[in-house]
Amino acid sequence: MSWLRNPWGRPRALVLVTALYIVWSIVPVVVAVLFAFNNGRSRTTWQGFSLRWFTGANGSVFHDPALQSALKHTLLLAVICVALCVPLGVLLALGLQRWRGHGSGTVNTLMLLPLVTPEIVMGVALLLLFLRVFPGVGLGTPAQAIGQVTFTLSYVVVMVRGRLASIGPDYEEAAADLGAPPRDQLVRVLLPLLAPAIIASAAVAFALSIDDFVVTQYLSGDASTTTVSMLLYASARGAPTPALNAIATVALVITLATLALAFFLYRRFAGARETAAVATLEM
Amino acid sequence: MGGRWTWRLAALPGVAWLSIFFLVALYAVVSVAFGNQDTLSQPVPFWNPLDWNVGYVLEALRNIWHGGPFLTAFLRTFEFVAIAMALSLAIGYPVAYYAARHAGRWKGLVLLLLIVPFWINYLMRMLAWINLLSPDGWGTRVLHDIGIERVFITLGLLSTRGGWLDGQQSTVLIALVYGYIPFLILPLFVALDRIDQRHLEAARDLGATPLSAFLRVTLPLSVPGILAGLVLVALPMFGDYYTPDLVCAAPKCNMIGNQIDQLTRQGSEKVTGAVLTIMLALLLLALMFYYLRTTRRAGTASAST
Repeated sequence: MSWLRNPWGRPRALVLVTALYIVWSIVPVVVAVLFAFNNGRSRTTWQGFSLRWFTGANGSVFHDPALQSALKHTLLLAVICVALCVPLGVLLALGLQRWRGHGSGTVNTLMLLPLVTPEIVMGVALLLLFLRVFPGVGLGTPAQAIGQVTFTLSYVVVMVRGRLASIGPDYEEAAADLGAPPRDQLVRVLLPLLAPAIIASAAVAFALSIDDFVVTQYLSGDASTTTVSMLLYASARGAPTPALNAIATVALVITLATLALAFFLYRRFAGARETAAVATLEM
Repeated sequence: MGGRWTWRLAALPGVAWLSIFFLVALYAVVSVAFGNQDTLSQPVPFWNPLDWNVGYVLEALRNIWHGGPFLTAFLRTFEFVAIAMALSLAIGYPVAYYAARHAGRWKGLVLLLLIVPFWINYLMRMLAWINLLSPDGWGTRVLHDIGIERVFITLGLLSTRGGWLDGQQSTVLIALVYGYIPFLILPLFVALDRIDQRHLEAARDLGATPLSAFLRVTLPLSVPGILAGLVLVALPMFGDYYTPDLVCAAPKCNMIGNQIDQLTRQGSEKVTGAVLTIMLALLLLALMFYYLRTTRRAGTASAST
């Protein structure tokens, strides 16, 4: 407890706890990734290195029809989700930031509510909505995409608004003083300044979509609408081969690479301080 | 730039989207809960509050009042969430404290390592533990070799050697902590990182011992971060059903989320499922609005500086 006696000294106990925590939080996932490369059918006994669960002829990520379909469907949903929630979210963020008047507080609360609503509540709500209100849409890909947009939208709005607040009104006012019409102020001044936040929020939405489980599961239709997360849930206890680890690894690499790229870009354009705020999802 | 109406117009598509797919969807749950079901046991929502049928709500309340399975599930959920929150805070506080105050030149790296689990698929993280804790898994072997397995068996937290995944409540608790602790550590880190070091220096200059400086300066100043973190782990834990399903798969680990999931998604008693969903949402409403209020206050505070 020396860190209590001297807050500026070397806190050995704290170093130990933190190191143990980090090992505990990350090593299991590293082991799961390692077993994706196992040259055998076991997910618990190491039998040498191999790429057979990624590229092999039997039951691998690139050749098993069920795994292929899950991976493609996951990526399809992620692309649709980003394509819909980014424009909707940027417009809503601009609107909310500038709209100072009656009703803006209510809309702000409405926008933040999906962030704090437990996913199972949203899952049940959307399930009943598509069963009873929009039976024409029904369950399946469109419902899954709509569900994902509904909760990723808030993240986009929060991130874009954060950037809007830090930019401030000065640049637009300068552009207006120099005679730029409103359209040019938006397209040539504001949007380029917002670009890092838009890119970062697209990456976050993409990652959230890939990692989502509850809403996607509740709104799934037939087997062709199974995603990687749903596959993990369905077969984690039963699946006989490391192919499951392999497909999870592929999804993991795609998610982390997208986020890393986006935050690298964000850092270049928006500075380290803001990047840290975005990375910790500080709202 | 632009008139007031331009900005309202810009917000319109997003507002419409959230109104339909969030508000109307939530109202659909209410209408189903106060509705009926047809002969194929499909839910029939009653949209008009004047038509509401309270039969299913009363039935669920009676089940809870008489100590039925719904009460058991609710009580177990509270118990699991309370223990998991306490464990998360006990582990998370020192970690966040170290990262914010003592990591020095390693701060960036430590923060990155704290953020990474946040962005790894929850199901992937559970899969990792399922592999490790299966009877011949590496984790089971390590826990046996370092004696933790014996301790758990002695304490009655584990019933058989190597049986971590055979319906153990303790495994669900550990999995919940593992799954959600990043949500607690990050806001706590932000709160601790913001505390002005000069407050501590002032406390020390005025003669406070390091312990009392921690207890009377750092700890109170980090309370908002603690509360935000606890709310952020509590909300998803209350709605969880997949963690007990994956690492326990026995009725004695069922939380309220499992009941809802079995009734709505898997089963044909969607009306009762909707009733339970509303009960859960009402229970969490206070937590949700508490968090929204603090975020909004923090937002206005940072906007004014």
